[in-house]
Amino acid sequence: MATTTLNPRAETYQRSWVLDWLTTVDHKKIGILYIVNSFFFFFAAGILALVIRSELAVPGLQFLDEATYNQAFTMHGTIMIFLFIVPVLSGFANYIVPLMLGAPDMAFPRINALSFWLLPVGGLLIFSGYLFGGAAAEGWTGYNPLTQAKYSPGPGTDLWLIGLTLVGTASILGSINFIATIFKMRAPGMTLFRMPIFVWTVLVTAVLILLATPVFTAGLIALFIDRNYGGSFFDPNVGGSPILWQHIFWFFGHPEVYIVILPAMGVVSEVLPVFSRKPLFGYRAFVFATVGIGLLSFSVWAHHMFTTGFVFLPFFSFMTALIAVPTGVKFFNWMATLWRGKLSLTTPMLFALGFLSMFLIGGLSGVMLSSPAVDFHLQDTYFVVAHLHYVFFGGSVFGVFAATYYWFPKMTGRKLNEGLGKVHFWMHFIGFNLAFFPMHQLGISGMPRRVADYSPDAGWTILNSMSTAGAFLIAASIFPFLINVVATFINGERAGDDPWEGNTLEWATSSPPPPYNFDRLPPIHSERPLFFLTHGHGHAADRPADVDEKPEDDVQRRGGAA
Amino acid sequence: MTTAELQRVELPPPGRGRHEAGLPTPLVGMLLFIASEVMFFGGLFAAYFNARAAHAGAWHPPEGGELDMPLAAVLTAILVSSSFTMQFGVAAIRRGDQRGLRMWVGLTLVLGVLFLLGQLYDYSRLGFGIGDGIFGTTFYTLTGFHGAHVFGGAVGLTIMLARALQGQFSTANHVAVEAVSIYWHFVDVVWIALFTTIYILR
Repeated sequence: MATTTLNPRAETYQRSWVLDWLTTVDHKKIGILYIVNSFFFFFAAGILALVIRSELAVPGLQFLDEATYNQAFTMHGTIMIFLFIVPVLSGFANYIVPLMLGAPDMAFPRINALSFWLLPVGGLLIFSGYLFGGAAAEGWTGYNPLTQAKYSPGPGTDLWLIGLTLVGTASILGSINFIATIFKMRAPGMTLFRMPIFVWTVLVTAVLILLATPVFTAGLIALFIDRNYGGSFFDPNVGGSPILWQHIFWFFGHPEVYIVILPAMGVVSEVLPVFSRKPLFGYRAFVFATVGIGLLSFSVWAHHMFTTGFVFLPFFSFMTALIAVPTGVKFFNWMATLWRGKLSLTTPMLFALGFLSMFLIGGLSGVMLSSPAVDFHLQDTYFVVAHLHYVFFGGSVFGVFAATYYWFPKMTGRKLNEGLGKVHFWMHFIGFNLAFFPMHQLGISGMPRRVADYSPDAGWTILNSMSTAGAFLIAASIFPFLINVVATFINGERAGDDPWEGNTLEWATSSPPPPYNFDRLPPIHSERPLFFLTHGHGHAADRPADVDEKPEDDVQRRGGAA
Repeated sequence: MTTAELQRVELPPPGRGRHEAGLPTPLVGMLLFIASEVMFFGGLFAAYFNARAAHAGAWHPPEGGELDMPLAAVLTAILVSSSFTMQFGVAAIRRGDQRGLRMWVGLTLVLGVLFLLGQLYDYSRLGFGIGDGIFGTTFYTLTGFHGAHVFGGAVGLTIMLARALQGQFSTANHVAVEAVSIYWHFVDVVWIALFTTIYILR
């Protein structure tokens, strides 16, 4: 197939391959840098997860002492959340959002490069604690007074604070860029209500990052002042308050949960319609539900603090349960999209369906925890660990893999192998449930999180061994994925411009797209411009008001058959 | 689908925003950045009010220290007037008056530097430090981060002044001046909130 775009490249200044990638301001290359960087951190934090699970496989301390174990789970949580899930979704958004909007690039390309390059620096600073007598070891939530210099001496925690400040700054700058891009760079005809759902979820996510992350930055800096300059923000002995840290952390931390899930929901909302051969059911309801989740996410933070005794339980319990309503709306949208669709179970579709089922379990255990009576019982047990992994891993990470398989052809011009992809999915899916489902039962029977050892008499051994086996199965599932990626790079099936018969504008340019993406665009009358370009607008009743189309055009487009 | 089916929509040159009507893209970026800064200072103010609410007894500096209200009032007057001089500079370049722009931006920069020097002088005479209890911690953190933002604004003003001296701005092309002025006003507003909270609501 001929490329659909006239390449606008003039005689450009030639740089070496390495220098080109180091200095690029092209949103597509920066997006790929984000994704590759995030997967490196994913593998590092995944190895830490295997270390944790190996230690917990049977009672007794086999490999680690308690101090090392504390560092392992702290680094695992911090790196997975701040340097894998958030940036990898930013990476896909970086690559796809300008394409979906029909834009040549992001609004601020050089700031875009800055937001990326702060990430590896911040991540390596966080990890570098291992070189200076031990990494941070207080859990990814960094609760006070444990994080005070008196109880956690050594530079590991300071490096953690500095690294997180840099990573936070990176995501704030990125969010400014996304919002400006979405409001200022849309193609002619691309009104707000014709934007693909993925773009809407990125917009709401960016607003959450913009408003929540700076508060966290303020808390990180306050803690740094406490530790290094004799401050007393969180020290109760001199007028400070450890609970203040929890408020600041969760005022950011709970929107953060939606920051990592909303773009994954967006990915799923792009994948499901394409592989059901139907439009997304209830586009506007989905948009309003996304905005609703964004608004509500700022009023639920204290449900992490029920057991402190310092929060108004009825309010935060009610708001937390309420946030299940817009999420339920979305589930209804997704189910109705699938309903009587012509489903094709490709790998991206399998991961999207995996997202639906696994995120549903995580959402339901979240509603259970919104009840203070239940939460008092389950606080800091493995039930919470199970819940958060069903949301972060069953939700966001399944979304990340759906996005990887779905957009890989656009990014590289080659399609990932379906057979290996399905092997990856099933190993991943089974391993995930084997690893995390038993944790619900462990939590209910009282096993606390963040402990390196447990009693052989507690009756937790079999479930823990199952969980460890599941973790290794997840790790094994990465191999078919990596083999698939490498083999596809070398000799993969050519994808063409539009291998999935997609709906959105990224499929209207070549794979991979040229610099500045488009010279020409199809007319945009809906959120599925490409579908209407190839299939027509169908019944007159469904036709957007500004479409000037005669029935003959439609017949002609379908190859002459009425 | 083939190339022929794509209807042709002309695109603007790369790197240019599409929606030239409405706010220019750099100003949108600056306003969003200020939104994030508001939340940053919101976090610090929350820490301050949380500490005061939990504090038993009168809220005053540690033994041997006292806040210098008259000096702070003078600094407030300096910073507030610098917002006016900045706005006169913006008005000048909107008219295309390059000489006025140079004069007013230069004056604003002088006032900003005066404020910073005054703040350092104040710090040197207060008699308490950041490690002296929650009062010292919140006082130096809040005013210190504000001072850092004034410094950032002064760097921006210096760049604007250097560009103005080279005659880079005109009626049609001065979005950077507008952006720096919005930031400068924001820093001023933060100081008014800080002055009210720390010096007046005692």
